[in-house]
Amino acid sequence: MSAARWRRAMSGQVISAQAPSAAAAAAPARDSAWAWRLLALAALLLYPAVASPFFIFQVGGQALVLGIVALSLAWLGGYGGMVTLSQMTVAGVAGYALAIFGGNASAAHSLGWPWWLAIAMALSLAVLAAVAIGALAVRTEGIYTIMITLAIGVAFFYLVQQNQTVFNGFQGLSRILPPPLFGVDWRAPVPFYYLALACALAAYCAVAYLARSPFGMALQGIRENPRRMRALGFNVNAHRIAAHALAGLMAGAGGVLLAWYNSQISPGSVGTTALINILIVAVIGGMRHPAGPFLGALLFVLLQNFAIDLVDRERFNLVIGGVFLFILAVSPDGLLGVWRRLARTAHPAARRSSS
Amino acid sequence: MTHFNLGRIPAALAAAALAAGMAGQAGAQQALRIGALATLEGPFAVPGQDGMRGIELAVKEHGGAIAGRKIELVKASSNGNPDTAVAAARKLVEQDKVELFIGPLSGSEGIAVKNYAKSQPQVTFVNGSSAAQETTVSDPAPNFFRFSTDGAQWQYGLGDYAFKEKGYKRVVSVAEDYSFPYSLLQGFMVEFCRAGGKVVDKHWVPLGTKDYSSVIARLPDDIDAIYVALGGSDAVNFFSQYEQAGGDKPLIAGSITIDQSVLGYKGKRRDALVGTPSAGPIADDYDDPAWKAFVDAYRKEFKDGLPSPSLFAHAYYVNAKALLDGLAAVGGDLSDNQAKLRRQLATMTVKTPTGDVRLDENRNAVANIFLTEVARAGDGSFYNKFVKVVPDVDQYLGMSREEFTKMGVGSRTNPECR
Amino acid sequence: MIARLSAARIAGAVLALALLALAAAGLADNPRLFGLTVLNGLTLAALYFLVASGFTLVFGLMRVVNLAHGSLFLLGGYVGYAVGDASGSWFLALACGFAASALAGLVLQAGVFRYMEGQDLRQTLVSIGLSIVLADVFLWIWGGETYQFDPPEWLYGTVPLPLVGKYSGFRLVVLATAAAIGVALWLFLNRTRIGMMIRAGVDDRRMLSASGVNVQRVFAATFAIGAGLAGFAGVMGGTALSIAPGEDVRYLLASLVVVIVGGMGSIAGAAVGALLIGLSETFGLAYVPTYGVVFTFLIMVAVLAFRPQGLMGAAR
Repeated sequence: MSAARWRRAMSGQVISAQAPSAAAAAAPARDSAWAWRLLALAALLLYPAVASPFFIFQVGGQALVLGIVALSLAWLGGYGGMVTLSQMTVAGVAGYALAIFGGNASAAHSLGWPWWLAIAMALSLAVLAAVAIGALAVRTEGIYTIMITLAIGVAFFYLVQQNQTVFNGFQGLSRILPPPLFGVDWRAPVPFYYLALACALAAYCAVAYLARSPFGMALQGIRENPRRMRALGFNVNAHRIAAHALAGLMAGAGGVLLAWYNSQISPGSVGTTALINILIVAVIGGMRHPAGPFLGALLFVLLQNFAIDLVDRERFNLVIGGVFLFILAVSPDGLLGVWRRLARTAHPAARRSSS
Repeated sequence: MTHFNLGRIPAALAAAALAAGMAGQAGAQQALRIGALATLEGPFAVPGQDGMRGIELAVKEHGGAIAGRKIELVKASSNGNPDTAVAAARKLVEQDKVELFIGPLSGSEGIAVKNYAKSQPQVTFVNGSSAAQETTVSDPAPNFFRFSTDGAQWQYGLGDYAFKEKGYKRVVSVAEDYSFPYSLLQGFMVEFCRAGGKVVDKHWVPLGTKDYSSVIARLPDDIDAIYVALGGSDAVNFFSQYEQAGGDKPLIAGSITIDQSVLGYKGKRRDALVGTPSAGPIADDYDDPAWKAFVDAYRKEFKDGLPSPSLFAHAYYVNAKALLDGLAAVGGDLSDNQAKLRRQLATMTVKTPTGDVRLDENRNAVANIFLTEVARAGDGSFYNKFVKVVPDVDQYLGMSREEFTKMGVGSRTNPECR
Repeated sequence: MIARLSAARIAGAVLALALLALAAAGLADNPRLFGLTVLNGLTLAALYFLVASGFTLVFGLMRVVNLAHGSLFLLGGYVGYAVGDASGSWFLALACGFAASALAGLVLQAGVFRYMEGQDLRQTLVSIGLSIVLADVFLWIWGGETYQFDPPEWLYGTVPLPLVGKYSGFRLVVLATAAAIGVALWLFLNRTRIGMMIRAGVDDRRMLSASGVNVQRVFAATFAIGAGLAGFAGVMGGTALSIAPGEDVRYLLASLVVVIVGGMGSIAGAAVGALLIGLSETFGLAYVPTYGVVFTFLIMVAVLAFRPQGLMGAAR
């Protein structure tokens, strides 16, 4: 694949400015796109009716939660041009904050605050952490950002592993349970699935809306050419840090859900493997569209659970790495890119002049 | 703006997932499905594989069937991370619908699986080799049974031996900074301090440290021995660096430090290791017919196994044997939420290659512990030579329940005797 | 601007004074321990420099972020062990470790990275994928055990030193080797024709190519050298410490931090970064074991806050 094609695939298409000539052809395609969206929504809502509890919880629920964290990475990387490896760290901050402020199995490590306050603290701390990381990361670009955020993530891992008084070290904190609101056990498969789905839809809509808002357009402009945007009078750093804040909110929500899903959090949840897994999920699914990360998460979770039935479980990492490399070689835009190309060849009328 | 046709993918994938899910549920119900969890991936793959061998040996000894039902072993893998262990357990229980569960391998996984077990009262969980104290001493699960001993129990007897037989009065400890070495050190210190010994300093090293030069630099000269509780490659690194730095004090080893999987490392054999005392659940050359039979069976069955079964193979074997023996004793009766089986497990005495094992009130093992010393075999490899049996060690380390609860489980500063 | 410079200088001076005061206190308290820790820090820094020099060479001069650098380290170690075990010669193991990784590096550059020139992100992602795959392949072939090398006796014994007493001879060998390699690299880059071509190619690839030089061959050679250095460090590290699964991530992270602190693309920067990180790690472990690990990263964060391009990196 040529450099020019890669560059085009990674940039261009998300900017939603539509050429007038394409607008006419776009209208019927847009209607059918909405029809497909509604169908997808219906499928997601009705999924628990046809799937077993294991599939609802461990496949559906986990994919949605991982997808939310990966979406925060895709938002920063795909729309903002800053690929950061610290999204899982931010999620971990939220998870640990929830466990410490809310309550967990170890009384010495719990503050026992009311659940809404604990969740608020978790989300605020996540946003704060994301802004702090962002403030450091905006001073760098491209590859430097990846390296620096990876190093920050590892620092956090060592902090929570070594500290006993606050984070309970290697053992981590267990029995992190959602509050029994409205008499529902939110950790049961079906309620948890719908909770995760609601959050995932909120994140999806937020990203889809923001991408076409003035803020999102400015962010994508900054991704393309920061110098030009600065010349136009935009405060590049402020925009980037704001993007980090939003990503922090999403990752924080994902972290809270992840802590409830596992009902525990430990240093292993924020270790190097976990950090890189989120990147893999986002890239496999595609960073250009809000649905990409969820797709990547679904594939990842399916592989994780069923690789042992197909291939020697020992070689799980080989399979996941192989799939990752394959997708990188074939399609820079992940699974969504593959589908898009197939859809385009199937529907020539919907072809865009900008492709 | 290209509005991408999103709808097709989730629907297609959901259909595929649904089909797979329903196919999974329609499995055979006649076979007895037992789930087995060990760390089969990552660096702990070697102990994990050996654990699986232990289960397979126990199944083979029962002829692969209990009370007419063929045993179907469903394997799952984790990587040492509690999250992964629970996810794997969940798959075994909720997707593969196992009726019994054996595992996991490591301490923190064990605590997580115990918590999960509480939410699945219809399945009986039996330990693999996880040896964290908290799994059974704090908030035990009524359906989690551990026929193997915990880390503190493994070291019981070593303290007395070190003080009285070896004559070590002043000792420093070098151990990894997390809960399992805390337990090991506690097991050693309970007796050692009571006998009059002093642990003058404790060096807690962050997990994953490879360069021990700074720690070695801090070791004082006016001590009799160094207690080392490091695992895997950390232990290997420490030995060679200690020798390189000119250290010459004798060592006392925690069980994980001189386990077969460490003694079998690829590299120069360090003479200084010979004679290092330790304690643990097994002794490689224990001169007992039951143990010899176990080692022979292991070697015959597994041509690609380790030269001698590791403590992981032993622990998994003992737990699996206890489960299968108990099930056979109740005639395979799993009715009424497996009540008969659980009562049997809680009250039976299991005959194992290392002696009799029974459970205490927390469903934790009361078993024999072995004092060993590292020795060199004829072919130059190292093994743990049997010295003495310490009989019937319980989780309260010889103290009463009140005394032990007052002391608490091991931590960085518990116990102390400077 | 002038006021900010002075503020930075004052902050730097205060920091330096604080460190000197701490050092004096440590020296007064237990001179042997202090001396040992300094030596340990220097020798650990030497090992980190060996690994990081290859990484910074490849990135700084070719703009390729090779996150599979740790895997090349392990590859050199494993192959070196196999050769050393079979032949009984440690030096042969060293040479083969270098060669194996250099070859792998050549294949990577010519077969993978060459087709992604200019696509920084894609190269990084591909190298991450490769490192995952390679780590699993190594686990498959060589298992989860720990491997440790056996150098010749004359390199290995304890050496009596003033003030600190007995010290590990091999660690001093590592220190000497790193110094030698550092000097050799500098000479290579600044005093040979190929070095000149490499530096020219970085500044302006087209002009270099226009002057008749086969740029791809130069870059392939650079990548091979950088990768070979990683493999060489693998054998050295396997002798001083050990080789096991997980070491690749550890040394990769160490290289990243060293290069971030020292500055990308500068061999001198890698040396400075390695010194800082090596010393902070050993002093942390000796005096503040619980949180010493985090110090390294705090230093990195501090450097990033004040000088994002690294201590000796070129300002962007």
